[in-house]
Amino acid sequence: MTRHVRPYGDTTGDGMVQTSFTLPVPAGPHADGAAQQLANKMGIDPAMVVHSHPIGDDFTFFVVYGSVRHIVDLDDVRVVEREYPLLPPAEINTTVKKLLRRKLVVVGACIGTDAHTVGIDAILNIKGFAGEKGLEYYRELKVVNLGAQVSVPELVRRARAEKADAVLVSQVVTQRDAHILNTQEMSAAFREAMGERRPLLIAGGPRFDPLMAAELGVDRVFGRGTTPGEVASYLVHAIHTTSADTKTTTTAAAARAARKENA
Amino acid sequence: MALLDLDPKVVATARELAARAAEPVVALAKAHTTVAVERATLRLAGITGADTTHRAGDVPWVNRVVDTVREHCGLEHGVALPVFHALREHDLGTLTELAEATAAGQVRYTLPTGRDRERARKAATAAVTRGLRTVDRNRAHRDKLVAKLGDPPRRPWIYLIVATGDIDEDVVQARNAARAGADIIAVIRSTGQSLLDYVPEGATHHGFAGTYATQENFRIMRAALDDVSKEVGRYVRLTNYASGLCMPEIAVLAGLQRLDMMLNDSMYGILFRDINPIRTFVDQRFSRQVHARAGIVINTGEDNYLTTADAIDAAHTVTVSQLLNEHFAHEAGLPDHLLGLGHAFEINPAVPESFRLELAHALLARELFPDAPLKWMPPTKHMTGDVFHGYLLDGFFTLAGLLTGQSILLVGMMTEAVVTPFLSDRDLALRNVRYVLDAAGGLRDDFRPAPDGLIVKRAHQVLGEAVDLLARIVDDGLLDAIADGTFGLMKRPATGGKGADGVITKADDYLNPAADLLEAHP
Repeated sequence: MTRHVRPYGDTTGDGMVQTSFTLPVPAGPHADGAAQQLANKMGIDPAMVVHSHPIGDDFTFFVVYGSVRHIVDLDDVRVVEREYPLLPPAEINTTVKKLLRRKLVVVGACIGTDAHTVGIDAILNIKGFAGEKGLEYYRELKVVNLGAQVSVPELVRRARAEKADAVLVSQVVTQRDAHILNTQEMSAAFREAMGERRPLLIAGGPRFDPLMAAELGVDRVFGRGTTPGEVASYLVHAIHTTSADTKTTTTAAAARAARKENA
Repeated sequence: MALLDLDPKVVATARELAARAAEPVVALAKAHTTVAVERATLRLAGITGADTTHRAGDVPWVNRVVDTVREHCGLEHGVALPVFHALREHDLGTLTELAEATAAGQVRYTLPTGRDRERARKAATAAVTRGLRTVDRNRAHRDKLVAKLGDPPRRPWIYLIVATGDIDEDVVQARNAARAGADIIAVIRSTGQSLLDYVPEGATHHGFAGTYATQENFRIMRAALDDVSKEVGRYVRLTNYASGLCMPEIAVLAGLQRLDMMLNDSMYGILFRDINPIRTFVDQRFSRQVHARAGIVINTGEDNYLTTADAIDAAHTVTVSQLLNEHFAHEAGLPDHLLGLGHAFEINPAVPESFRLELAHALLARELFPDAPLKWMPPTKHMTGDVFHGYLLDGFFTLAGLLTGQSILLVGMMTEAVVTPFLSDRDLALRNVRYVLDAAGGLRDDFRPAPDGLIVKRAHQVLGEAVDLLARIVDDGLLDAIADGTFGLMKRPATGGKGADGVITKADDYLNPAADLLEAHP
């Protein structure tokens, strides 16, 4: 693979992209010129405003095609690579049994005012997601789904009562950064109440970026399209690292320590 | 015209089973009242406003009064008698003055007897009658406006959602949506309002993913839509949500402010908001009686089941829920033309023949409920962020709605599950709908599924499975079926859930003039 790439339209290196946007400008040649200018400033040069139409009297919608001058350096790309192997359900069950000699307890909830349980249900409900059964399906996992609009103190209380190994929270609503603030409140509450003995904290939601784990104060973040199998595999990986490596600081514990300095 | 050749005997059996399944629940609903029903009664009797000095923020006066009555003499006799007795004893002019005196600790509520009871009953009935008269006037006014301005020129009516959190921004978006072709504007509520045990007051500007349902917000939006209705030359309808812990109160406010449609499902609160089942059934019955009186079209929430359960495996649970919703609605006095029974286009598009299966399910609903203004909901579960694919899927959704004669079409957004729609997303979505309606408007006349083809067979199969499930529900009891996760895979025991402490068994001398008047004249 070459290190430097540009977008591909129909010829290598042509840099072609398409984009669409709306400007608060009445439709007409002037509006098209404005769209052209914006596209140029976005790095699309030459830019073709291939379509525009008015939305009401005061707005115009545009579709723009053109070549961007930017070059992507693949060596500079930073993403969270999956740090654990994907395991089939049977193997997950046997690993949990071997490591814990009891069921692994997972408590899940939508916290704050968020009532969108679609995400947490897709991961937890036996019905699952994308053809994979949810965590309820795993014999060695005990799943407690608290549902929607669970308060943080209630979540901490239940996690403690259930002796949770892992807490999964789902956040869909992103208005005013509610998903970030709620998750930070949650992780802070667990730190305060349980310190180092807190369960694994996992946040999921369509607008989360896996790189946000430290910022959110959680051990792992799952974004859009995560399947139950990925979460189950991660759980096994995480308890494996904790139990096999209690002396030296584990990744999770190190991350926790780092977060303390930030806090 | 019937295309599915459904066996009238099977259809009759389905309805009979639904009625039998609902019977114990209706009895339960009649035997109980709730804090929300009592508050709704006082709202009809004229109480407004909130205690702005309370340390918990703006607590509606109606909550202060009902909570205090409950403390002093319980709610099992109804709130009307103690309240109107106190009003006379303290020689106060309005319920709001009484509320202020209550907050100041000056009122001791008691249950009146003898002549006092009769006086309180008369005063309460007169006050509630005035409230119902406002509801009646609004209904007549709507009829007049529809006669003058007209209904939308074609079916399905186009239903569009606004949800900014700020009522003033909502007004701007709603006006633009109406000008762009929307026939119905729904203002989504702030996330979490369903679990508030009070209705917020005043115009609000800070909701999360939606705008609080308040009486003042209702008034503002209805006034704005009245203006734009004149401009576009058709009556633009307004929708909000009578669900959650304040179902009855919000139904009353909708009637007082001339809303036109309300989301109102018999089981949604139980399944998706974990509200206590008995609380929900009691609140649901009263709220539907109010809707019936107000001439408000209810929208039921069957689409929600398909977002959690599989749209093929669980297709029959939608039918079962529609039949139950129909029965509960009829029982509460709602006629067929006010039953916006819901269903949705949620089959995984990767499934072969998914579109034909959608047609089968949608046509089944159409033929089971020929006179109901069915509400057809767009794909959400399989909208992936691939907006191009989503746009195509929404086009097929509209086509399915058109071919099967759906009455209300909630416009699908290709940005579903990505962002709250941009101005351009809404515009593109409406263009998508207009294209399908213009290009294939009369296609329904040519649409004849083969008598022994996949569509007809599938519809019969779903109806058969629905009858089987209804029979099981009759045997097990509806409350147990709900507890077992029959609907939407959610397990909700009858004793659990939020708001259970707001349910009260009625005493023999329970009196509620609103309930009595609504029962007598739905």
